[in-house]
Amino acid sequence: MMRLLIPFGIFIVLIGFLGIGLGLNPREVPSPLINKSAPDFELPMLADPGESLGLEDFKADGVVLFNVWASWCVACRHEHPLLVSLARQNAIPIYGLNYKDERPAALQWLRQLGNPYKASAFDEDGRVGIDWGVYGVPETFLVDARGVIRYKHTGPLTAEAWETELLPRIRQLREQEG
Amino acid sequence: MIPELGHFALIIALSIAIVQGTLPLLGVWLDRPGWIGVAVPAARAQVLFLAISFICLTYAFLVDDFSVAYVASNSNTAQPLMYKISAVWGAHEGSLLLWVLMLGIWGLAITLFSRSVPEVFTARVLAIIGLVGVGFLLFTLGTSNPFDRLFPAPMQGRELNPLLQDPGLAIHPPMLYLGYVGLVVPFAFAIAALLEGRLDSAWVRWTRPWTNVAWMFLTFGIALGSWWAYYELGWGGWWFWDPVENASFMPWLVATALIHSLAVTEKRGTFRSWTVLLSIFAFSLSLLGTFLVRSGVLVSVHAFATDPARGMYILIFLCVVIGASLILFALRAGSVSASAKFEWVSKDTLLLLNNILLTVAAASVLIGTLYPLFLDALGLGKISVGPPYFDTVFVPLMLPLLFLIGLGPLARWKKDRLPRLAAVSRFTLPAAVVLASIALGLLGNLSDIMVWLGLFMAFWIVATALWGVGHQMRGKGARGLSFGFSGMTIAHMGMAVFVVGVTLVSAYDIERDVRMAPGDSIDVRDYRFQFEGVAPHQGANYRATRGTMHVYRDGERVTTLYPEKRYYASQQNPMTEAAIDAGVTRDLYVALGEPVGSGAWALRVYHKPFVQWIWFGCLMMGLGGLTASFDRRYRLAHRVPATRHAGTAPDAAPGVPEGARG
Repeated sequence: MMRLLIPFGIFIVLIGFLGIGLGLNPREVPSPLINKSAPDFELPMLADPGESLGLEDFKADGVVLFNVWASWCVACRHEHPLLVSLARQNAIPIYGLNYKDERPAALQWLRQLGNPYKASAFDEDGRVGIDWGVYGVPETFLVDARGVIRYKHTGPLTAEAWETELLPRIRQLREQEG
Repeated sequence: MIPELGHFALIIALSIAIVQGTLPLLGVWLDRPGWIGVAVPAARAQVLFLAISFICLTYAFLVDDFSVAYVASNSNTAQPLMYKISAVWGAHEGSLLLWVLMLGIWGLAITLFSRSVPEVFTARVLAIIGLVGVGFLLFTLGTSNPFDRLFPAPMQGRELNPLLQDPGLAIHPPMLYLGYVGLVVPFAFAIAALLEGRLDSAWVRWTRPWTNVAWMFLTFGIALGSWWAYYELGWGGWWFWDPVENASFMPWLVATALIHSLAVTEKRGTFRSWTVLLSIFAFSLSLLGTFLVRSGVLVSVHAFATDPARGMYILIFLCVVIGASLILFALRAGSVSASAKFEWVSKDTLLLLNNILLTVAAASVLIGTLYPLFLDALGLGKISVGPPYFDTVFVPLMLPLLFLIGLGPLARWKKDRLPRLAAVSRFTLPAAVVLASIALGLLGNLSDIMVWLGLFMAFWIVATALWGVGHQMRGKGARGLSFGFSGMTIAHMGMAVFVVGVTLVSAYDIERDVRMAPGDSIDVRDYRFQFEGVAPHQGANYRATRGTMHVYRDGERVTTLYPEKRYYASQQNPMTEAAIDAGVTRDLYVALGEPVGSGAWALRVYHKPFVQWIWFGCLMMGLGGLTASFDRRYRLAHRVPATRHAGTAPDAAPGVPEGARG
C-alpha cells in the first residue's frame, strides 16, 4: 500500500511546484546591471544630430527614468500615453533611448503621439542598447543621481507597474538623497 | 444567431456530459440497469451537440462573422478558405473545442466498437470519459468561450498567425489531439478496471487496439509538428526540445512503454499494476502538456496566449483527475496485480528493460522541461535547459533501447537461453556490422563511431525484423504473418528508418550562411547553388520578396528554388518561407535572410542528407501501430469468455513464432 502511494506523493510535489510556477513570470529576466553603475554612453540627440546626450546629463536631474523605445515597436504605443501623462505631472524626468530606429519615423512618431522625453538619444545601430542589456523593446531603467541603475522594467510600462514597482523606489531614492 | 446556437449546443453537451459522468457510475453502484443503460445514448448525444457547436464556429469563420471575438482575432476576409477552416482550431478557445469534440468522438467510437465488452464495463468507461469531458467543457465555457461576441463588430479581422498558415499545421493539431485525447481510452479502461477490482487478459485485449490507434495519431501529430518546424521556421532543424514539443513527446514515450507493457500483461498476465499505472501516466502527461502549453509557466517559442486564471483552472483539474486516479491506484492496484515467474533470459525481461528505458527517458524529459520552473520556484535563479542536456541524457538511453528492438522480438516468453539467442543472431549481428561499415564508408568517414553505432542499430533492427518475418513464414507462407506481428515489424523498421535519418542528418548536414549578390554561386557538397536575385511577388493575403536560386550538379540543372520572405498585413516581422527540394538521400534547403545592400542577400543554404527519413520513419511507425490493431484476436475478442485470466491463456506457450507476435 505505501509503495503504491509513491506515484501520488511525487504527483503532489509536482503540483506544488506547478502551483508556485503559476505565480512566477518566466519571461522576467533579472538584469545583472541592477545596483551597478550604468554603462556610460555618448550619443547624438534624436531631435538634433549636432547635440549629444550622455549619462552625465542624467546626473544633473537626480533620479530619472531611461526608457528604451522605437517607432516600429507596437508595445511602445501602449505605454506611451502613460509616459506622456507622467511627463505632464512632472512626476520624474524621462529620457529616451531611441533604439535601432530611423530618425524621420521616430520624430514623426513623437509629433503624433506627444513627446514625454526631456531628450532622446539616437541609438541607430543599437550599440548602447547592447551595453545596457536591452533584449526587447520597450524597457525602462530607473537611474539614480549617482548614475547607478536601481531597477529595470521589461515590457510596456503600466499604471500598476508604475504604482507598485517604480514609485516606491523613486520615493525611497529621493529620501536617501534628501 | 448561429454563434448563439453553437454556444447553446456546447452548454447542452456539458449537461449531457454531467449525466454521462454520474448516472452510469451510480447505476453500477446501486444496481440500477436503467441508469447503466444511459451511458451509450448519452455519449452519442454528447458528440452530436459537440459537432453542432463545432460546425457553428466553422460557419462563423466561413461567413467572416467578426462580431465573434474569436473569429475577429484569427481570421479576415482575405484569408484563403483552407486557413479560414484551420483557424477554427488555430488558437486557444477553438482548439479546446476541438479537444472536447475529439473526446466525444472517442466516446462514440467506444459505443460502436465495444459491443463485446460487458455493458457494465462500457458504462464505467464512458462515465469516466464523460467526467473528463465535464472538466474540459466547464473550462471552455468558463474561461475560454469561443462564441463570445464583440461589440461593436470590427469591419475586418486580425488574421490567423501567419506561422500557422501552412498545410502541415492545418492538420497537425487535429492529429495531435486525436492522439492526446485518445490516451483517455486506456486511461478510462484502467480506471474502470480499478473500480471493478479486476484486471484480466480480456481487459488488456480490449485496450490494446485503442492504445495503438491513439499512439498512431500521436506519432503522426508529433511528426507533422516537427516537419512544420523544419520548413516553416527557416532554421532547418527538426526538433528543438522546446517545452511545447516535450509536452507532446512525454506522453508518446509513456504510451510506447504502455503498448509494450500491455503485450506482457496480455500474454503473461504479469506487469498488471504497472500497466495500469502507465495508462494513468500517459493520459496524465497529456493533461500536463495542456497545462504547460496554456498556463504560461514556461517560456516557449510557440505557447498559446496564456492566462493565469486558465492555468489555475487546469491545475485544479489536474489535481482532481490525476490525484483521484493515483489514490484509486494506491487503494486498488494490490487487488489486480498478479505475479508469474520468469527467467532472467526471456522476452519478459527484455520488455521490462524496454519499459524502464522508456520511462526513464520520459522522466528525464519531464525533469529537463520543468527544471527551470523548479529552480525559479525555489528562488535559485533563472536558467533554461536546452538541447545539450537532452542530447546528453537521451542518446545513452536510446542506444540500448535500439539494440533491444532487434533482440526483443527474437526472444521467447518466460524462459529463453543465451546460446539460443546467440544462435538466432548468428547471421543478423555480423550482417548489421558489415552493412553499417559499408554504408559509413560510402557516406562518410569510418572513424565516426557514433554514426557507425546509429547505422549499426538501424541495420540490426532491420536484419532481425527480416529474420523474424522469415521465421514466421516458414512452412506457412504469408499466412504465418498475423496483423499483430506485421504491425510490430513495420513499426520497428520505421524506427530503423528514423534512426538512419537522425544519425546522418545530425552528423553530415552542411549549413552555410552566406552573402550572395545576383550571379554569385556557392558549392555545397556536389551541388552548385547559383543566386539570380530577388523579385517582388504577390500572394493571396501577403506580399513577398522571392529569391531565385538555380541548383546544378555536374553542370546539369537539378532544380530551381524560390525562397520567400513574406509580409502579412497583421505582422511586423516578415515570415521566412524556405524553399526545399526534398529527395530520398538529401534535401536542398534555401532560406532568405536579410538584404545586405546593393542587391546582395544573406542566405542560408543547407544540404540535409537523409532528413526525410525522419518523417518517413514516423509514418511507418504509426502505420505499424494501426496494422497491429487489426489483429484477428481483437476482432475475435467477443468469443472469448470475459473472465478468462491471462496467466492461463493457451497462446502463451513459449516459442519464437508465438512469442514474436507480442
